[in-house]
Order: sequence, then C-alpha cells, then structure tokens
Amino acid sequence: MIKRPFFSLGKPKLKYPVDDTQEQDVIRVIPLPDRVTFFLEDPYERNEGFLIKPGDKIKTGQKLKLTEDDKDYVISSVTGTIADISQYRGYLGKTYAAISIDTGDEEQWDDKFKEGCQKPTLENSLEFLGCLPGDTGFIPILDTHPPLNTIIINGLDKDILVSTNQLIVQTETDSLKTGIEYLREITGAGEIMIAVSPELASQAGEIDVDVKVIEPSYPNTLPEIIMKSILGKTPPADETWEQIGVGLINAEAVVAISNAFTKGQIPVSKLLTVINKDNTTVHVRARVGTHVKEILAALDIETYHGDQLVLGGPMTGHALYSEDLPILADTDAIMVHDKDNVVLPSDCHCINCGECVRACPARIPVNMLIRVLENDLYEEAAKEYDLLSCIECGLCSYVCPARIPIFHYIMLGKYELARIETVEESNA
Amino acid sequence: MPDEKLFIGSHAPYWHNGSSISAKSYDTMLAALPAVVLGISQYGAPALGVLALSVSCAMIWELIMNVAMKRPASIGDGNAAVIGLLFAMLMPATAPWWAVVVGTFVAVVIGKQIFGGIGCNPLNPALVAIAILMLSWESMMDFNDALVNYDFGFNMIYPLAAIKSFGASAVSDYNTVGLLMGQQPGGIGTTFGLGLIIGGLYLILRGHIRWEISLSFLASVFVTALLFNLSDPDKYANPVFHLLTGYTLIGAFFLATEDSSSPVNFFPMLLYGAFAGILTVLIRNIGAFVDGVVFAILMMNVANPLLDKIRPKAMGKGIKHA
Ligand code: SF4
Ligand code: SF4
Repeated sequence: MIKRPFFSLGKPKLKYPVDDTQEQDVIRVIPLPDRVTFFLEDPYERNEGFLIKPGDKIKTGQKLKLTEDDKDYVISSVTGTIADISQYRGYLGKTYAAISIDTGDEEQWDDKFKEGCQKPTLENSLEFLGCLPGDTGFIPILDTHPPLNTIIINGLDKDILVSTNQLIVQTETDSLKTGIEYLREITGAGEIMIAVSPELASQAGEIDVDVKVIEPSYPNTLPEIIMKSILGKTPPADETWEQIGVGLINAEAVVAISNAFTKGQIPVSKLLTVINKDNTTVHVRARVGTHVKEILAALDIETYHGDQLVLGGPMTGHALYSEDLPILADTDAIMVHDKDNVVLPSDCHCINCGECVRACPARIPVNMLIRVLENDLYEEAAKEYDLLSCIECGLCSYVCPARIPIFHYIMLGKYELARIETVEESNA
Repeated sequence: MPDEKLFIGSHAPYWHNGSSISAKSYDTMLAALPAVVLGISQYGAPALGVLALSVSCAMIWELIMNVAMKRPASIGDGNAAVIGLLFAMLMPATAPWWAVVVGTFVAVVIGKQIFGGIGCNPLNPALVAIAILMLSWESMMDFNDALVNYDFGFNMIYPLAAIKSFGASAVSDYNTVGLLMGQQPGGIGTTFGLGLIIGGLYLILRGHIRWEISLSFLASVFVTALLFNLSDPDKYANPVFHLLTGYTLIGAFFLATEDSSSPVNFFPMLLYGAFAGILTVLIRNIGAFVDGVVFAILMMNVANPLLDKIRPKAMGKGIKHA
C-alpha cells in the first residue's frame, strides 16, 4: 500500500511501481481448468426458454446465446459440457446468467468463425468479436453510433500495479501492427493513435501510428484523463465517448482482433497481472472463465478467511466473496489483499478538510457531494454537485482522513440516479 | 457455514493513504506544544491547571454528549482534546475553574455537538467559547486585570491594550525579538510567537492545515496594519507589532484553519484569510475590542459556506463539444 509521505503538501502521487518487481517476459500459463464459468448479461432474470441447457456439448470458440433474439453472447473458451446455468447478481445490481462448463478431454474448435469470416469487416466483428479478451465494450457499440473519427489504443493500464497492456505493447508489437490495420478496415476511422508510457515510446514507434506518451502515474491512466491529455478535450459529463466520435480500445483487444483474423480462431485466453499480498506481480495467461482459485493455486498463492480478493487493481477493482468466481474477458488483474491491510470504512462525518477536493481529478466539490449523498439526495447531487462528472478514480476515498467510503457513495448515487430516471421515463 | 473461507467484500479503493482524524488531532497538539510549554514555564502551576482542566473537561463534555445523543464515543479522535487545548491556550493563566468548565461546555456542546458533532460545526468551537466569555465576563478576559500579580521582568502591559490607550508610542516599550520569544502578557499559549510559527509550519508541511489560509491571513493583517500605520504613524502601531501580539499567530495557524468552519477551495481560502485579516486590524484599530482576531474569524466562519461556492467548473461540465 502506498502511504502518505510524512510531509505532504500537494496531491497524492501514485506511481506505477511495476518494472523492478516483476519478471517482465515470463508469462505463466495456467493449465486448462476443470470448469469454467461465463457471465452473460441477462437483464430480465429469466430461468427458461434458453437455447442452451445443461448437458449440451460445447466446442472451444463456440458462440453461446441465451435466446435467438438476444444481442449479447459469450464465446466458450473450452470444449466440454454445460453443467449448470444459474442467475448471478453482480456489481451495481446487474443480473447475469452464469453458465458453467465442465471441460472435456479433447479440445475441438468450433469452425463457424473460420468458415464464415475471413475478412475483417464490421459485420463479422459484431457477429463474433463482441467479447474479445481485453475488450471493455469497444466492438459491441460500433454499429450503434455514427462512425468514429478517432480511435485511441490504450497501451497503459488503468490501475496501479497492473501492467497487462504494457506487456502487450512490449511483447506483441507485430500483432499490434496487424491489428491496427484490421481495425482501420473494420471501423473506417481516420485517425488512430496509441497511448504508451515513456519507456515503451520507442518500441511503439515501430507501429505505424501516432504515438502519444502518457506519464504512468495514477490517475493519468484513466480513460478520461488520457483523452484529455491527448485530445485536449474532456468528455461531457452526460455523454458517452462514442457520441463525440472517439473510441478507446485496449492494446490487448487489438492484438486479439489480429489473432482472430490471421489464425481463424477467436482468442479465448486472457493475459492478467496477479498482484500478490506483498505487491509483487506476476503475469499469467488463462482461459477466460477460469476460476480465481485455479489461478492462485497454480501460483502457490495462499489465501485465508478474511483476506480480500479483488478483480482489478487496488483503486478501481471489485471485491469477490469467493474464490470460485471466474475471471472475465475484461479482467486485467487479480489482487490478493492481506486481511491485516484491509481498509475498513467508518461512519464518521466529513470533517471538511478538503483533501478529497484537492485530490479529485474531475474538480468535483466532493466535500459537498458526500453530504448530499449521505442524505440520499441523488438528483441534487447530480445537479448541484457534479455527481456525473466523476470519472471513478477512487482517490477521494483514498485520501479521506475520516475514512468515509466516498467512492462507494458515489457509485450508489449514480446507480440510484439511473433508477430514478428509468422510473420517470416509464411513467412519462 | 462456519468453516467456509470467505473474503471481505468492500468497495474500491482497497488502499488508503493512512491518514486519520486522530493522527491529525495529535499532530495539532504536538504542534501547539512549544507555545504551551513556554506558557507553563512562565505562569507555572495555574497555567498547567487551566490546561489540564480544559482538556479533560472538553473530553468529558464530548463523552456526555455522545451518551446523551446515543452516538458512539468519539473522544478517541482527539478533536475534543484539541478544542480543549486551544481554548486553554487562549485563556489567561488566572482563569477560575468555573470559567474553564463553562467555556469548554460552550465550546464542545454549543459550539460543536448540537450541530451534529465533528465536521458539522459552522463556527470554530474554541472561538465561540472565548467570544461568549469575552462578552459575559469582560474583566476576567482582560489580560491587564487578570495578570496583575505577575512580574517577569518585562513589560507586563498587554500590548494591544497599550496601543489602544496610548497610541503607537507605546510600541517602543516592546521589542520584536522579545515579542517573538514570548516576552509579553497574554493567553497561556498565545505569546510565544516563534513557537507558534514553528508549530504552524509543521502543520502546513504535514498537510494538516492550509498555507493559503494562514498566509493570506498574516499578509492581510500586515498590509492593513501598514496602511493604517502610514496614514497616522502616531496613532496606529506598525504592522510587525500587529503580527506578533494578541491572538494573531495562534489565529493564523490554529484557529482560522479549523477544517469545518473554513473553505476548501483555493480562492475562497485566500479570500477567507484575507478578509479575516482585514477585519482583525479594523476591530483592533477602530473597533471597540482590544483584539479583533476572535470576532474576525467568527465572522468569516459565517461567510464560509458562501465563499466556498466560488469553485472551478467540474470536468465535462459547461463545455459543449464542437
Ligand atoms: S472518484 Fe472521487 S476523486 Fe475520483 S473523480 Fe470521482 S469524485 Fe473525484
Ligand atoms: S477528505 Fe473526507 S473528511 Fe476531508 S473533506 Fe473530503 S470527505 Fe470530508
């Protein structure tokens, strides 16, 4: 954990202490697990009427959909038999169908993609590449908006200690190059650039795109700040990036696009940074859907009752309650956090010290915001105190001496606000 | 499922920089220590008595209010102790015990707890108490009357009272180094200028108080006093004198900077400090009171919520893309 220095005048400085602690080129490959689980978004919390059912045989690379009309799908990362389909409720109350597959003995690839899609077109990408490893939703939205003018490839990692995308830029420069060509064909975007850390600038220079150097200290690496430093503008608080014609895609997903079309197989494994209790990191490659338990076992990392297990990094990850939950296509890191270091929130009042206000990269009056949020005044929070400008960095909670779970309140506020709006729309 | 291994669920972030309210309180007390120690060494047991009684009373009032309002005990955060300490530092060493009991009651209960406890007080609790005592028991808070029985071998006339009655000629009775080293009568912990400055710098460097407030307050006391001094050098004391006497330094570093009653944004902090400085000198030079710090800061406490509305636009607000 990075602590406050004894003398501290300004904002917190959170460098990425990565390079010296890891063996850069060693990627541990996690053996094929006995069971994988996928989460497929299912807002209707259905139980039946599915195309797939327990007992179905599934091949690697096969597309799994709940019903014919559903838009969302997942790509199976193993060959095997569906063991179970159940409901799962995730972050912000999102509901999913959890599809578990028991892995069979022999791996067989589904050849629908290979047969149908030799060409990198928008149609093929939407049809098959909607949940590529490393993609945080870039491909699925491609058809819903006017074409993108600018695409930023993110060669950095959002959170501290995570170095997944950085490793990709370092080791897979060639695939990145091809991937960018495909990306151009798929999207027709005029301008493509790549954001990297200073150490990788010369390496990224070999790729034939604009290289933008970003100082890798938190929160510089958050998408909104990258956009601001590269394009000089900030995304409007109530609009999405796509609405202003800009897209951000992770370097790992670009490599996955390249691999898909050159090999004729949809990539099914994910590169991850595993952050151990002592903040050392290891890179692993595992099939999407592998349970966290298998990964920790392969690395000999012990966990105990009361530890914290986080998908993602220390500032923005999501805590898991059990090791039997899977890594997802967009999981960049797993963090194991010792129970002695767990930060417990308090119910103390805000003392108005202003640390959060000075730390906030979005210039939000967090000291006022937290007061209205604590009193459930969500609409006022959005109107008067810029709730929607929050770029979800977590620095306010990180610096708060009263240890108020501010970030938690903010996400709850955003969630409740969205609910209020849905209710209002349906009443209108 | 008693044997099952479960993990602690909580929301991001999973790291914290380690700061806490109690650390902040204890650091504040540490920073006040030089001034307090000098006060004790000058006035001896009575000063120690006032300090000890004040700190413990403040904590007891806090505890009583916790119990009465069915809230978890909050004396562990050290805030009540800080209020008690600051209150005692402002008092004359001769203050009777009942004044300390009443004062800490006003500070902790009326100044802080009835608004909802730490962070909810619109005014600085210690100053509320001092203001009420100043208005209710004027002669007890008059340092010339209070300290009449002490003689330390330096000028024992309260400097601000001296210039109020005799004009700027009285200034020559004090020397700057002497004032810095605590050779002036005053509150227990308010006279050791150098100690207060060192404590203040420590708090600023540690990030517990904001330099914007302290500096703008001191600068504006200086500038305003200078203007008065230039307009009539016989009547008004020079600016350095104003900086080193009365409650100016403790006000700049320990009172005006109280979190809850001061702004958090950059310009509001500067304005808050500057106005408090101007008001201080105005009250001293043309107002009815000998020292203006108490009411100047309290007045700016009231203005604080309004001032803090001056703030930068949040990201993604108010800009429309082309
Ligand atoms: S999480 Fe906190 S610090 Fe970060 S942008 Fe949101 S309000 Fe500001
Ligand atoms: S950091 Fe915490 S205590 Fe300080 S102003 Fe922000 S919310 Fe309040």
